[in-house]
Amino acid sequence: MPPGIPPFHTSPPRMEVMDIMSLFGVQAKRASRGWKWKELALGIAFISPAIIGFLAFTIYPVIMSFYYSFTDYNILQSPLWIGLENYQDLIKDDAVFRKAIYNTLYMVLIGLPIHLTFDFLMALLLNTRIRGRSLYRTIFYMPSITPIVATAILWLWIYNPQYGLANSVLKALGLPTIGWIADPFWSKPSLIFMGMWYGGNTILIYLASLQDVPNELLEAAELDGANAIQRTWHVTLPMMSPVIFYTMIMYMISYFQYFTEAWVMTAQRSGAAGGPLNSLMFYTMYLYQNAFQFFKMGYASAMAWILFLIVLAATVLLFKTSGWVYYRSE
Amino acid sequence: MTGAQSITTRQRGWLSSRRNQERLKLGFAYFICTAIGLIYIFPFYWMLATSLKSDQEVFQWPPAWIPAVLHWENYPAALNYIPFWLYMKNTFIIATLSVIGTVISCTLIAYGFSRIRWPGRDIVFIAYLSTLMLPFQVTMIPLYIVFRNLGWVGTYLPLVVPTFFGSPFYVFLLRQFYMTIPNELSDAARIDGCGELSIFWRIMIPLTKPALFTVALFTFLAQYSAFLPPLIYLTDQKQWTISLGLQMFKNMYGLQWQKMMAASTLTMLPPLVLFFFTQRTFMEGITLTGIKG
Repeated sequence: MPPGIPPFHTSPPRMEVMDIMSLFGVQAKRASRGWKWKELALGIAFISPAIIGFLAFTIYPVIMSFYYSFTDYNILQSPLWIGLENYQDLIKDDAVFRKAIYNTLYMVLIGLPIHLTFDFLMALLLNTRIRGRSLYRTIFYMPSITPIVATAILWLWIYNPQYGLANSVLKALGLPTIGWIADPFWSKPSLIFMGMWYGGNTILIYLASLQDVPNELLEAAELDGANAIQRTWHVTLPMMSPVIFYTMIMYMISYFQYFTEAWVMTAQRSGAAGGPLNSLMFYTMYLYQNAFQFFKMGYASAMAWILFLIVLAATVLLFKTSGWVYYRSE
Repeated sequence: MTGAQSITTRQRGWLSSRRNQERLKLGFAYFICTAIGLIYIFPFYWMLATSLKSDQEVFQWPPAWIPAVLHWENYPAALNYIPFWLYMKNTFIIATLSVIGTVISCTLIAYGFSRIRWPGRDIVFIAYLSTLMLPFQVTMIPLYIVFRNLGWVGTYLPLVVPTFFGSPFYVFLLRQFYMTIPNELSDAARIDGCGELSIFWRIMIPLTKPALFTVALFTFLAQYSAFLPPLIYLTDQKQWTISLGLQMFKNMYGLQWQKMMAASTLTMLPPLVLFFFTQRTFMEGITLTGIKG
């Protein structure tokens, strides 16, 4: 801020403004009210792209999607109202749907905690007085900017049961080899492991937040006789809890929408996808297939709404149980 | 007996020294970080190594950790398998247009949400942010039908036009930046007769250039690696992005790993080069956003 300009609230506005206001019979005292209307119009003008975007790309599609979910709709003919049939079929008769829910929940309930715990521990290690921290940061961050399709193809090669790097390492160590993504049991853990590789950017988020933990608190705890684990549990973790909570929400939503990696790794030329015994058929993959391969738009819309409700419920649940999140009052 | 006792006490003494504890901790940190760092780097090396191997070497046991002869010809061969440069060009066009759209719209929207004190602003902002929680899948089908009716399927328009109407996430990020700029600055300009647009253009934009750069970078990378939207909308092979092209490459020539790795290496190169030139922006951005580009 250039010197010599007094803050607005300590000095009255310039005379010109007051003169103009008085032309319209506005008293100095009421000026603030007049300004608010002007500011409302200005604010709306600035956010107008968001308003249009919100109406056109959010509200309208959400309403239409809700409507389509009660119809039989193949795009070519107009939608035919069939009530709750899509939902009933999905829940009662669709084995692939159930499998897709199971696989997706697997990623959310097992993959997500592993991923975030690992990233947190790595951040703790990097937060010691280690030298070359910026080099490590670069190394852990690099995979996360690689395009997902290229990453998935690279890991498809690494996980190749016969010639892949993963099995070569196991063999070199004298361990039994496994089928990785070709094996229904190991396929999802394989994806979780791969996800940790290109999800290393979370390490940096945690590291940045670790560096914000006040040293006085840690020193005070140490003086009181708390050991490293106690300090981490009782000081560091609570101080970082808002960031951890934020990453939990964001990653949960994105794990529920898991698609590209599994699609690239399992999709065949024929359009079939899902891997061995559908063990990599994730929710969005099946939704995509229904919509754009089978042209069951109504059915796919019902799936989208079920996903939405699940994500919403999970988010509400996380917020309801967020008593452990500690917000510093500053 | 006494000897053993003195050793344990000496050991206890060694460990109870704060400095040695520190040392042990640091040694452990170095060991784990380096080991995991190597695991992080190795896939990149493996990709590069495979891309330079001969056909036999790819399938040989024990694996050739270093290719005996560097088969650079895999690269031109990979480029001829798919119209690589065409797909790169398409990707860059889509990504660049999206960057323009996102930066223009998000700066304006973020300004409206942060620098102008209008009634109801913060409630509207929270409502706007909450759309982040809406899965893309919910809007995907109706939007496809709308764009289909407009005749936009098979063009770049469905991928690019929405970026001109803002993205809650980047609005949030920019708003964070705008909030840090003292109000007195724009108030002073306002008193001096500056219109809102000129405050925006002359004060806010120059002061928040790093933030704009972050948004531009992340948008570019997100579009560069986007898969599902192009998969839905780019029906004509001539318009495909590099991600779609790579996926087709995999389906058609799946067993030629050396060429696939060459193509993957080339695809990863632009983001990595961009990253090395703009590391600072990345590191600042990541702590603010917490998402991948």
